[in-house]
Amino acid sequence: MNIIVCLKQVPDTETQIKIAPDGQSIVQDDIKWVMNPYDEFGVEEALRLKEKFGGEVTVVGLGPKRVTESIRTALAMGADKGILISDEALNGSDALATAKALAAVIKNLDCDLIFAGQRGIDDDMGVVGPSVAEFLGIPHVSLVVKVEVAEDGKSLKAHRPVEGQTLVLESNLPVLITAQKGLNEPRYASLPGIMKAKKKPLEEKTLADLGIDAAEVGQNARKQKILQLSSPPERGAGKIIEGETPQEKAAALAKLLHEEAKVI
Amino acid sequence: MAQGVWVIAEERDGEIRKITYEVVSEGRRLADALGQELTAVLLGSGIKDKAGELAHYGADKVLVADDARLSPYTTDAYVSVIGQLVKAEEPAVLLLGASVQGKDLSGRLSARLGVGMAQDCTAFEIQDGNLVATRPIYAGKAYATVTFDNSLPQMATARPNVMPVNEPDSSKSAEVLEAEFSLDDAELKTKVVDIVRDSSGKIDLTEAERIVSGGRGMKGPEQYEILEKLAEVLGGTVGASRAAVDAGWRPQTDQVGQTGKVVSPNLYIACGISGAIQHLAGMGTSKVIVAINKDPDAPIFQKADYGVVGDLFELVPALTEEVKKYL
Repeated sequence: MNIIVCLKQVPDTETQIKIAPDGQSIVQDDIKWVMNPYDEFGVEEALRLKEKFGGEVTVVGLGPKRVTESIRTALAMGADKGILISDEALNGSDALATAKALAAVIKNLDCDLIFAGQRGIDDDMGVVGPSVAEFLGIPHVSLVVKVEVAEDGKSLKAHRPVEGQTLVLESNLPVLITAQKGLNEPRYASLPGIMKAKKKPLEEKTLADLGIDAAEVGQNARKQKILQLSSPPERGAGKIIEGETPQEKAAALAKLLHEEAKVI
Repeated sequence: MAQGVWVIAEERDGEIRKITYEVVSEGRRLADALGQELTAVLLGSGIKDKAGELAHYGADKVLVADDARLSPYTTDAYVSVIGQLVKAEEPAVLLLGASVQGKDLSGRLSARLGVGMAQDCTAFEIQDGNLVATRPIYAGKAYATVTFDNSLPQMATARPNVMPVNEPDSSKSAEVLEAEFSLDDAELKTKVVDIVRDSSGKIDLTEAERIVSGGRGMKGPEQYEILEKLAEVLGGTVGASRAAVDAGWRPQTDQVGQTGKVVSPNLYIACGISGAIQHLAGMGTSKVIVAINKDPDAPIFQKADYGVVGDLFELVPALTEEVKKYL
């Protein structure tokens, strides 16, 4: 079973986000870049399926050269090959252009199953995974917490929690799955894994290699245009509730929630 | 020329979900700002009689697509039908709710239509005849104001619990139209084979009006009982920080934060949660935030409207008794 995992590199969850003076981007100094946490679940699931069914796991990333580090992390976890789509013309691409580039690489690979994170924790869109599936003409199941591939390796069942219930969806392969937290517990790369990863193939592709016109991607081709980035609205200074005993504090708080905040 | 605001209704088990009323209400405001009609698109099986409810919240027209294969929801069927209807009628604006279903649908639909999309927005307005959307990014650590370029319909999803719902007016009615579409079974590649209902009756965090959340300060899974009691009195639901989920005290579906759920209740009570940035990111759009923590320097107090410094194991049961007086 050949499996592809789409990978994005994002700022670590502890990162403080600062808006750049242009008001259109974030300050990139001092950011610790990591593999998108939802993509880690995809890598882990792909490795578990490979252990069961055999085959190869290929990681496909997109972005500047630093993304190589995150692809190497996936290789150190146990993936077999990496591909990085890197081209300056891709800078500022929206979800559709990103998905087009990923699909252009994947369509030439032999694959049974594709994983993507349910969303990047930077743009919080959740559009790239389903769009890659759309451009490849295959189905997708998004926000999945459990995957059960049939013994014959030809179909799967995927579990998607929605508000108040869990749907079990069935699909033939190939299918694209977007990974939600709960799918698995990603492994850490072992030291031998890290050593081996250095020798694993990692190929770079440009837009020209993919046959994509630079005018179709990047900042100028965005269909969803960013007008401005801003800091979150400041919350007014809060009140600290005073009182001699827990009961007094609780009574004062309940009164404020009722009379002032009007939420109870 | 593209004309009109469309909203996609969300149906489950023959009932229209609350998120739909939020989106219809917001759609009404945008349609008024544009001076155009609001059309609600209702897909399902045998649900035509629900069209009236959509009118009560402000829809001028309801376009009903009725087919046994449209219930329960599947991505393939919905994307196919809505894709056909949008291409035929060319609305100017297309709004959905950012529920799990809406998020699943919107991504693929935007690719089918080849249009830009703004996911999980917290505010909309019309500027110079165009939709301008505000959306939290980096889980709320920053906000992006976005619009659309050479991309019709202008497409966005609205975060649950954020858009105010219009007072329903049962005297209003809408023109109900039957949608024309074709659906080929060969397009339907995924199917729902089972639905496992959550028997606890717990309100989903993303839909809850009131949330009581516990973190590392809860010291263990047993202590969540006091939060359950407070949540029950409030008619709310219990959430958790990543620390509590990673410790195995609470299920993953309870996690609030950048790698969990992003919530916008009217009232968020954070108990024993220090306020790591990735947690604050997930609840920053709550209307009123209360923090209960024994550490007066905990970062959560910077975000809280009301802070109580003290022992949560004493404060939470006392608060449970006090709020009963007002409910």
